[in-house]
Parts: sequence; C-alpha cells; structure tokens
Amino acid sequence: MIVAVFGIFLLTLLVVTAIAIVRSSDLFSAVMLSGIFSLLMAANFFVLDAADVALTEAAVGAGVATVLLLGALALLPTDERQGNRHVGLAALTMAANITVIIYATHDVPPLGDPAAPAQQHVAAWYLAHTPELIDIPNVVTAVLASFRGYDTIGEVFVILIAGIGVLFVLSGGRDQLLPKRPEPTLNTALKHHLIPQVVGRLMIPFIILFGLYTQFHGEYGPGGGFQAGALVAAGLVLYSLIEGEQAALELTPPNLLFGLALGGALLYGAVGVIAMLLGGTFLDYSVLLSDPIAGQHLGIIVIELGVGLSVTGVMLTIYHAFASRVS
Amino acid sequence: MAAVAEIVCWALGWVLLTSGAAFVLIGGIGVLRMPDLYTRIHAAGLTDSLGPILVLSGLMLQVGNPQELFKLAAILLFMMITGPTATYALANAALMAGIDPVPAESSRPDREQVR
Repeated sequence: MIVAVFGIFLLTLLVVTAIAIVRSSDLFSAVMLSGIFSLLMAANFFVLDAADVALTEAAVGAGVATVLLLGALALLPTDERQGNRHVGLAALTMAANITVIIYATHDVPPLGDPAAPAQQHVAAWYLAHTPELIDIPNVVTAVLASFRGYDTIGEVFVILIAGIGVLFVLSGGRDQLLPKRPEPTLNTALKHHLIPQVVGRLMIPFIILFGLYTQFHGEYGPGGGFQAGALVAAGLVLYSLIEGEQAALELTPPNLLFGLALGGALLYGAVGVIAMLLGGTFLDYSVLLSDPIAGQHLGIIVIELGVGLSVTGVMLTIYHAFASRVS
Repeated sequence: MAAVAEIVCWALGWVLLTSGAAFVLIGGIGVLRMPDLYTRIHAAGLTDSLGPILVLSGLMLQVGNPQELFKLAAILLFMMITGPTATYALANAALMAGIDPVPAESSRPDREQVR
C-alpha cells in the first residue's frame, strides 16, 4: 500500500517534470530538469526493488549525462530557437500513441504478480540455478555477466561506438579525432571559488573509492561495471571542473582514456575468446579454471572490470571532447 | 531494560524524523514565499542543512545493526559537507552572474509599512 502511494507520488512528479522540460524554452533549466527527472526515475526504480538499475540511473542519468549536456550547452546559445512548429500534427500523433499505450496497459499484469509471463519465463530458472551454477548472492550480476553475457558485451560495444560517433561528429571532418591538450596559458579552473575547490578535493578520493567498491562488490550487492564506471568518471569530471581542463588532461591524456574505452571492451571479448581456446563456448567462464564455479567468479570479475574501464573511458572521452572545445 | 531503551530510541527517533520533515517543509514554503534569489537560497540552504541532520539522526536511532549505523553516519557527514558548499556555490554563481543582492524597492512591501 505504502509502496503504491509512494510510486504514484513519484510518477506524478515525473509527469510534472516531463511537462516542465517540454514547456521550458530556456535550455539550461531544461538540462537541470532532465537531471531531476533522472533522479526521480532512480527513486522509482528503487521503490520497485531494482537497486542495480536505480544506481545506474542516478550515476549516469542524473550525474554524468547532466554534465555532458551542460558541456554541449556551453557551445550553444542558451535559448531554444523558435521555429514554425507543426503543433497540430504532433499533438495528433501523441494523442494516437497515448491512446494505444493506455489501451495496452489493460493487458499488463498487476505489479509484482508472480503469475505474470515475465516472472514465469526464464527468471524462475535463473533464480533456481544461480546458487548451484555461479554461487553469488546478487542474481542480477549473475544474469547480466554470465547467463546473458552476450547482451552485455553488445551493450559495451554500443557504448564504445557511441563514444566514437561523438568524437567523429565533434571533430568536424578534421584528422585529429581526440582533443589536443590546451595551451598552458588557458586556465578554466574555478579560480574564484575557493570553497567548492577545497571541498571538491576532499570529496574526489571518496567518490573514486566508492566507485571501486561498487566495481568489486557487484557480486554481493547492487553494483557492477556500468555503475562503477559512471562513478569514477563523475569523480574525474569533478577533478576537471575544479582543477581546470588542462590539469585533467595531464592526469588522464585523451589517448589513455580512449585506450581504456577500447581496452575494456577488448578485455571483455578476450575473456570470451580465451574460454573458446580452453574448449568452452564464447563467454563460457566455467572452463577458465578447473573448478567451474571459481571459473565463473573469475570470468565475472574480469568482464565487470572490462565494462567499468570501458564506461569510464568513453564518458571521459566524450566529456573532454566537449570541454576542450569550450576552452 | 533493553526493551525500555528500544522504545525510548524508537520514540526519540520519530520526534527527530518529524521535526526534520517539518524543517524541510518550512524551507520549501520559504523558497516559494521569499521575494528574491538570495533570500530563497537562505531559506532553502538553512533548512536543507538542518533537515537531513535531524532525519538521519532519527534514522540512526531506529536502525539495529552497526553496519547501517555507519552507512547513515557516512551519509550524514557527506551531506553536512556538500549541502552548505552547494548553497555557497549557488549564491556565489548568482553574484558572479551579476544578480543584485539588494532587492528592488518595488519588491519590498515592508518599506511601505515603515513609512
């Protein structure tokens, strides 16, 4: 009952925020509102007991995506351009879509219904066999990293390709894809902002530490490579904001970041190929060690590390691609 | 004896939780009622620092095991450092952007009453 009331409250706020984003002509407030939207969505996922997804949404949606949008906004005018919009046609399309979706919700089983098809399909098998085959407490990680490892390697390569795509678009046809180091005279650091600088320096080690905890605790609690990658990237973006773009690029050169992105994805693929060489199928971690369960543990830790490195690399590459153009 | 201590902790926890929620509510009303940006930051900043302290202390009184207690204490410490910093950064950014801290005469109804 309480969960239902809280869920309705959060979903109402979500709709209000979405309408505010559409109606706002100030792009800066639209970006801030989209951050609030993501945070509300994260709270919603948490109410629905999806802690792993909530952590990802909070770190990526509310954290890094907001910073990336602000980075893009720094290159753009702050007001939405008023074009001649076909409001009538858009409203008609929306109304038709909404009618179809509302009609479809009548067939959706109640929330948490154990007899729902989604619960009856493979989920029951995963829950029953995770202790015996993989033996880690967090079934979400077992499904993500091992049972459905093909989907996850696909996601990692999608992120990598998205990062390369952003670099191509921002390079504008030049040969130089990765951002160059800015001139030493440039200093974009928060020079007049002593207090945020001091507090930021205090916080960064703990943010990175929490990222590492999330990375290596993924088998036991909510977490894993995607969340950890976003958290570490957020910590390094904070470093770039308080120390300046140049200091950040000296700490993590663009080549290193792109190498992390590529290396992480290749590490994931390499685990699959090694499994094939050892006589298993692609991404079958059981053959990695003599004990199949220990092999599963090793495989999951290594591929989660690959995911984390790749996500950190791609996010920071995209951030610096924007930030180095501003300065 | 242990049961009495538990009930006292539980009751004290609820007192702290409700008073924390009341402070957050007052801050929300303040943001809506105050005339200009800086007074609004003042209203939100003060209660956003005190509210979480009360709410998290209330929760700390009610949780049973030391692990959760430590996590709540860490969150409390984090919020006590970041909350005032965010308020400061916001006010400083507004000042840098050239927003005048003294509100215009027309938006200060109290001046009329004084005269």
